[in-house]
This record gives sequence, structure tokens and C-alpha cells, in this order.
Amino acid sequence: MRLLLFYSLRNLLARRMTTVLTAGGMALVVFVFAAMLMLAAGLEQTLVDTGSIENAVVLRRSSETEVQSSIERREAAIAEVQPEVALGDDGRPLAARESVVLFTLEKRNGSPANVTIRGIDEPSLALRPQVRLVAGRPLRFGAQEVMVGDKVAGSYASAGLGDSLRLAQRDWRVVGVFDAGNTAFSSEIWGDADQLMQAFRRQAYSVVVLGLRDPAGLDALKARLEADPRLQVEVLREDVYYREQSEMMATFLRILGIALTAIFSTGAVVGAMITMYAAVANRVGEIGTLRALGFGRGIILTAFLLESVFLGLLGGLVGLLAASLLTVIDVSTTNFQTFSELAFSFTLGLDTILQALGFSVFMGFVGGALPAYRAARMEILTALREA
Amino acid sequence: MLLKILFRNALRHRLRSTLTVIGVAVAILAFGLLRTVVDAWYAGVEASSSTRLVTRNAISLIFPMPLSYYERIRRVENVEIVSYGNWFGAYYKEEKNFFANFAVQAETYLQIYPEFVITEEQKHDFLADRKGALVGAKLAERFGWRVGDTVTLIGTIFPGNWEFTIRALYRGRTRSVDEFQFLFHWDYLNETLKESMPDRADQVGFFFEDVETPEFAAATARAIDSQFKNSMAETLTETEKAFQMGFVAMSEAILMIIQLVSLVVIFIILAVAANTMAMSVRERMREYAVLKTLGFGGLWLATLVLGESMLIAAAGGLLGIALTFPAAAAFREAVGQFFPVFVVTRQTVLLDALAALSVGLLAAAFPLWTALRVRIADGLRRIG
Repeated sequence: MRLLLFYSLRNLLARRMTTVLTAGGMALVVFVFAAMLMLAAGLEQTLVDTGSIENAVVLRRSSETEVQSSIERREAAIAEVQPEVALGDDGRPLAARESVVLFTLEKRNGSPANVTIRGIDEPSLALRPQVRLVAGRPLRFGAQEVMVGDKVAGSYASAGLGDSLRLAQRDWRVVGVFDAGNTAFSSEIWGDADQLMQAFRRQAYSVVVLGLRDPAGLDALKARLEADPRLQVEVLREDVYYREQSEMMATFLRILGIALTAIFSTGAVVGAMITMYAAVANRVGEIGTLRALGFGRGIILTAFLLESVFLGLLGGLVGLLAASLLTVIDVSTTNFQTFSELAFSFTLGLDTILQALGFSVFMGFVGGALPAYRAARMEILTALREA
Repeated sequence: MLLKILFRNALRHRLRSTLTVIGVAVAILAFGLLRTVVDAWYAGVEASSSTRLVTRNAISLIFPMPLSYYERIRRVENVEIVSYGNWFGAYYKEEKNFFANFAVQAETYLQIYPEFVITEEQKHDFLADRKGALVGAKLAERFGWRVGDTVTLIGTIFPGNWEFTIRALYRGRTRSVDEFQFLFHWDYLNETLKESMPDRADQVGFFFEDVETPEFAAATARAIDSQFKNSMAETLTETEKAFQMGFVAMSEAILMIIQLVSLVVIFIILAVAANTMAMSVRERMREYAVLKTLGFGGLWLATLVLGESMLIAAAGGLLGIALTFPAAAAFREAVGQFFPVFVVTRQTVLLDALAALSVGLLAAAFPLWTALRVRIADGLRRIG
């Protein structure tokens, strides 16, 4: 068996140009396959990481996004005093009344994008421990100040530290830049909710975010608030809310990725088949000799299949290596569902690696199956005569 | 004579040539489909005109403007007709049933947008019924709606269940018109809001303007915006084309990825085709040496190798182009709701052909170089 392995490997080395071309074609297919999966995974992960399982979001019923939702002050006051809501260090309920709007800003390359502006409340920061200040200072409540996510600070012309943003006839100084890791908050601008609502002449908040005493308390809270006749709200666990925001885009990317891969892999399998058929045809004499020496049909079949699988695996490794270089790139695009700009990056997870490698082995296997079968079926005499 | 040799050569390895043709065809098909997806993205831009203007709140799309702007915009010089409307954003039965629905000032809207083709009788019915709706033919087909049906949409931006009676269907004047829209009367929305949410009534999302002299469209846009400078709701007016382009620009990252992928496809075919040619040349080294011995020059060899490669690429290209049309039709069935307009353009077909030809040329280049370089004695000694 070891001999066989070497036989297959040495063959790939012997015909280098063909090996490079076939594996190269497969590498490109695996690259596209992995890149698309990484993109969808990156988008999902960014949005899933944004929400915490310890928070609940209260939205207006049947509004799909924070931007469409509106919560009256009276409703917010009712939501805050529920027993499941945790208390902050100051003894007040850990509940943030937030106001979320979109604002059209120009990117550095001149194209417009809708940036989410979140008016925050004092407990907002306590509810989102992943947000860390990296430059400047936190915003002061009651002042015309904003702090921006690091993805915003880097990609918009007028949103750097010390700049001022013109919003609703007022100027807002950018006093701080915060890093929220790979989450949607990194693509947001935060200001004082009450200041922003005055500027935009809004009476109602968009959402209320509640910190839970115990994540298990959500169901009771949800049931009570949604049945309350004074309220028109729905309550979602924060991570679930954000996951739903990524569904449409991620599905679209996956469908695109799978459709492309299905078409491309046909091409790559054809390429592998051509190579393997040629390999078999070129080695009729060798096959005859091996058979005459007493190697059985099964072994010949395995040898050629192995060779093809090696080819696929080689392509898969090269493709994955190229795809892993993508992880340094940030993609910033509009999320169809929320209509707001979101920056995320290609994320290479273990499942993507396994899927891509499995896929490349599969391509090699399918491409090699028929030629290997043909090699195994050869009659010893004719094979030796043809050589 | 030469053609005969080329064909014979290409058919010497029937299986390999067939596989290569399939490979090329599949890749050309993928390339054509991707191009069509990108075109579909730009369909909104293609269908829009540069003589119409769209005015919206300068902050962003989600902020409305007061209805009182209507009269002020009408008085701006060079503005002929003004219409207005709101993005309604409701869905039918389930959230995933997405389609564009607008509340518009119907009489003026239909004047500004003559590409909506409606029978006179239906148009009259629609304008006369306050709860009437005008629906794109393809949207009606998708949900099986007929004229006279009552449909209920569930509001997201404007909460509640909204009842409409379908009074008219429209078709597009050209293939680039989106036939998946749902339009109804702005007054119906506004009257309902006055009762349920009075502070949201009399607010308009967009104004649409048709200008008399298209050359002054840009100046007119500036004139409209200057009317509302430093007011509570500053406006941003741009041509319809620029407005649609803004939407496309928002997803440019995704578009760029698709464009890149369609280039990668070309490289994949190149690898497959070059591989085939490399094998053919390697196997025929002896023949080439014999030909050289007989006095045939490099040009003759080049014609042989290049011709065969071109033949295979052309066959694959033609097959791929032929397959693009049914594939695009199937794709349209699957994702019609995202891409209302999904048409394979002539430009796509030309690019397909160009891609196939360049693959034919490039695939032959490297093997050809080895064939030309080989010394006669080495060639005769060579084993494929």
C-alpha cells in the first residue's frame, strides 16, 4: 500500500505542468467556494455577536427593525419596572431607552451610505460590555457630542476624532472612538438619545433594551409585556433579534455561493477527468506490468483514485490558503433588511475549512472515478501489447 | 485541407475534446449568468431617466418632509409636474414576501411615469376608488391576484392591516420596467394616519418632479434645495438616475465580489483548456518533429496548435451562450423577487464570445512555445 501511495504521488510530480493546471483550476473553485461561505459566516457572526443573551429588546409590534420601531415614553416606563429587569450599581433598573435613526453620510470614496445613529441612554454602556473606548473620551450626556465606532471613524470623510458632524441643523462634535469588536455597533454613531430626539423632533424612542437578572427570565417577561393591553410591543432576546437581521443577506450570499460553486465545480471536475483519463492512457504499459506482477484490480483502482484525490486535496489546500488571506479585508455594505451600512470581515471558521477540503476531495474523487475504473478494467495482455 | 486536419486532430481524442468543450461551455455559462446578475442590479438605473428629479429629506430616506413643500416645489422654475409618495414597506401574509409598495399621489404620478401601461378603463377605476391599488402584472401573477380582488397588506412602518381592492394592472412599456410594484392612493394612507397617528400625517417621503427643459435639470435640483435651506427638513434633490445609482452604490462591495468572481471563472476555463492543449502537444511531439523534418515551418505548426485550441474554445463558447438563455430563465424563476428585471443583454453575449476567443488563444500559447522550441532529434526521441 505504501508503494501505491508513492506511485500516485510520484506520478503527480512527473507531469508537473498538468498537475499545476488541474490543481490550479480546482484551487480557484475552492477559493470561490470558501470565500462565499466566509462572507456569509462573517456577516452572521458580526450580527450574532452584537446581541447578548442577557439582554432583551422591546420593539413595537410588527416592526422588523429598530429603525421602524417606536416606543412611547409611557410604554418604556412600564417595560422598565418589570421584575425580571436587573438593577444597576446605582439601584436603578438596567434599562436603556434608545432612539435609532439612519443618516446618509459620504464615504471616503464618495459613495453615500446610510449610517445608523443610535441615541443612547446612561445604562446603554453597562448593557454592552463589549464596547471599549479606544480614543478620545466618552460622550457627556446632555451635550451635543457623539462617539463613533472604529469602522465608521475609518471609512467616512467627516467622522474622525475631533471632526464635527452636521445633523439636523446642529453640529455634533466627535469626542470619542470606540471599538466594539466584530459587531454591528462598530458601524454605528452614538449620541445622547434625548439630545438627538430633540434635534430630530421625535417624541418616541425606537427601542428599550433591558438587562435581565437571569437569561431564563425572558419568557415570563415576554409573555407579560406582549399580553399587556396598554402596550403594542414585542420582546426578543437581543441575540435572536440581531440574528434575524442577518437572515436575508446571509441567505442571499449562500445561494449565490452555492449556485456559483455548483457551476464552477462542474468545470473543475471536467478538468480532473481530462487529466486522469490522460494519465491512464499514458500508462497503459505500466498498468499492464503492475497487473502482471500480481497487483489486483482493486489496487489499481485505488491507486488512480488516490492520485485524483491528491490532486483535489492539493487544489483545496492552495485555494484555502488563498482564501485565508481574505480575512484581513473588511467588507462594508448595506444590509438589505435594515437598510443600514454594516462592516464585517471574511471569517474563516473550522466548519468552512472542513467543508472546503471535503468539497475538494469530493471533486477529485468524482473526476477520478471513471478513469480509475477504466484503468482497473484493462486486460493484462492488451495492456502489455499496447505499451 | 487545413480545416480537415484541424477537425481530425480535435477529434483524435474524442472524449478529452468533448470534456474540454463541456468545461468551456460551463464556464462561459457561469460568466454570462454573473454578468446578467450585475446587469439586473443596475436595471433600476437603466430604467430611470435623467429628466426626472427625486427630492427627499437630506438626513436620510427614513425622515419625511411636510406636505406643504408640494406647492413650493411646484412654483420652482422649470418644474412641470410634481408628484409625491411614501415608501410603504408592507408585506403580504408573510415577511419574506417582499415587494415594493408605495403610497403615491396617483394622477400626477401616472403623468410623470408614462412607462406604466394601463388600459383606460382600469385607469379610470383605479383613480375613482380611494382604496384602489395598481399592481404590476408580474406581481399579480406571483400571488394569483385578479382585478377586483381584495388584498390585505400588513404594515411595518405604518402599523396595522391595510385593505385594498385591486383596480388596475400595469405592464411595462419596455422590458426594463419593474412589473413587481404595488401602488395605491396617498390620501388613503394620510386619512388613516390622521385618525390613528395624527403626528405622522401630512408627511411625505419623496417628491417626484418632471422638468420642462432637461438641460437645466441640475440647476432646477439646486433651486429646489435652496428653497428649504436651513429649514427643519432640508431636502436633497437629484436626478432619478443618480438616486437609483445611490442604491446600487450601497451594495457595491457585493457587486465588486461578483465582478471578481466572474473574472476567476475565466481563469478556471483557461486552466482546463490549457491543460488539454498541453497534453495534445506533449503527445504529438514526435509528429511535430516529423513535420519539421519534412520542412514545415513554425507558422504551420502554430496554425495546427492554435487552430485546434480555437476550435474547442469556439465550440464550448457557442454551447455556453446557447445554454445561458434557459439558465437565465430558470434563475429568474428562483430569484425574481430580488431582481424584477433579469435579461441577458447583447453585450453579455459579446463578452462571452470574447472570453471564449481569448481562452482559445491563451490556452495554446504555452504548449505552442514548447512545440516550436523542441529540437528535431529530441522530439523524435520523446515519449509522451
